[in-house]
Amino acid sequence: MAEAIPHAHAQAHAVLEGPDINRALIRISHEILERTKGGENVVLLGIPTRGVHLARRLAGHIRQFEGRPVPVGSLDITMYRDDLRTKPARPLGRTELPSDGIDDRTVVLVDDVLYSGRTVRAALDALNDLGRPRAVQLAALVDRGHRELPIRADYVGKNLPTSKSEIVKVYLEENDGRDAVLLLKEDSE
Amino acid sequence: MKRHLISAADLSRDDALLILDTAEELAKISDRSIKKLPTLRGRTVVNLFFEDSTRTRISFEAAAKRLSADVINFSAKGSSVSKGESLKDTALTLEAMGADGVVIRHSASGAPYRLAGWVRGSVVNAGDGTHEHPTQALLDAYTMRRRLGSLEGRRVTIVGDVLHSRVARSNVLLLSTLGAEVTLVAPPTLLPVSVASWPCEVSYDLDTVLPKSDVVMMLRVQRERMNAAFFPTEREYSRRYGLDRERFARLKDDAVVMHPGPMNRGMEIAAEVADSPRSTIVEQVANGVTTRMAVLYLLLGGADLGGNQ
Repeated sequence: MAEAIPHAHAQAHAVLEGPDINRALIRISHEILERTKGGENVVLLGIPTRGVHLARRLAGHIRQFEGRPVPVGSLDITMYRDDLRTKPARPLGRTELPSDGIDDRTVVLVDDVLYSGRTVRAALDALNDLGRPRAVQLAALVDRGHRELPIRADYVGKNLPTSKSEIVKVYLEENDGRDAVLLLKEDSE
Repeated sequence: MKRHLISAADLSRDDALLILDTAEELAKISDRSIKKLPTLRGRTVVNLFFEDSTRTRISFEAAAKRLSADVINFSAKGSSVSKGESLKDTALTLEAMGADGVVIRHSASGAPYRLAGWVRGSVVNAGDGTHEHPTQALLDAYTMRRRLGSLEGRRVTIVGDVLHSRVARSNVLLLSTLGAEVTLVAPPTLLPVSVASWPCEVSYDLDTVLPKSDVVMMLRVQRERMNAAFFPTEREYSRRYGLDRERFARLKDDAVVMHPGPMNRGMEIAAEVADSPRSTIVEQVANGVTTRMAVLYLLLGGADLGGNQ
């Protein structure tokens, strides 16, 4: 369903709408259950801000399917970024680990968009300081390509071929009042 | 946020809240098994201490190290300062060594301000003469916020030698920025002339102010600065302005007692008051490290903003 805004500076094109996002998350939940033998020892860690909402939604679906709760937390990666010196110091997000910690668990990192892979690199470093998970997996709602590091996602909502000049915007109900993934094209003019 | 932290007045309300919120997040680091973040890797912080200090210097050192910065400690004793080197020459030496941040304590008010004009790195005032001590005010505000929630509309009473206290001045400025109502209580001889222009109330009578206070902050009687007859005897001071057991009993049930340390037990504060669960004195030291981490991160963690003061 293409949504072109005429005469606008940037052209917005909805790649995923609310129901599509929901279906993608349900599929990812099933895949997580399949790959981890019913979600045993799984901890979902969302990367602020939208990754945290996605992680909570995944946990909700998993509880619905398997009837047992999955620990959810958040992992702020600001202090581990490799581009801190390109901008003024940023405010920190929240890091909240489940009470049982992450040692010997299968940690599934959850983020909205997978792009250069640098956020995930920072997240892996942050995890390293917090404990020793048995395995770390990665779930992303959108994989837009253009990796700059040898990192790939284990669970992907949608593979979205993009050019580097395009911008992918994820909107989530909890944060932005609606669910959508938009692809913004910079006009050549 | 400005590039240097020299006065509590440099901080807008948003800046101050950003520092306190950042400290809130960083506090969790001290509960982890690996109490270190890689954020300031490769950056150098110089602790330039021209005056004696234990807790502030150690606190800044711990804060910088937890952020992985390299720390160089400099104390005037045993350095070229005792051979007569000037502050400016010391600053230029540090500059040549490539300091990204300079934490300075000096007996002369205004020394950090002068230093900021000579070095490229960020300057953090760790106490200058009788002027200011902004990180102490930040850690005090952080401690109050943890105990009381918001500072908006809270009544804070600061008691003692306001005249010589950099802690009092920074606290008055910061707390009023954060919306608290500050009352200074001291004998008239220990209040600065300019106090009328400060954003606070002034009282000479501790007993009328105590029952309304949410926070009582006792200041140290600085014996090393008591070179004029500010009060007749220590006993008289202690009777009128000391926080003893009886006065403590008249405080509100949820009021907290603070002291920036080091304290003279039995003089401005009774030992049993200092050790009570409502006293935050030890907490303040722990909070000092996280608050200073927040300051160092916000000043040194991002891009170099260039020369704008």
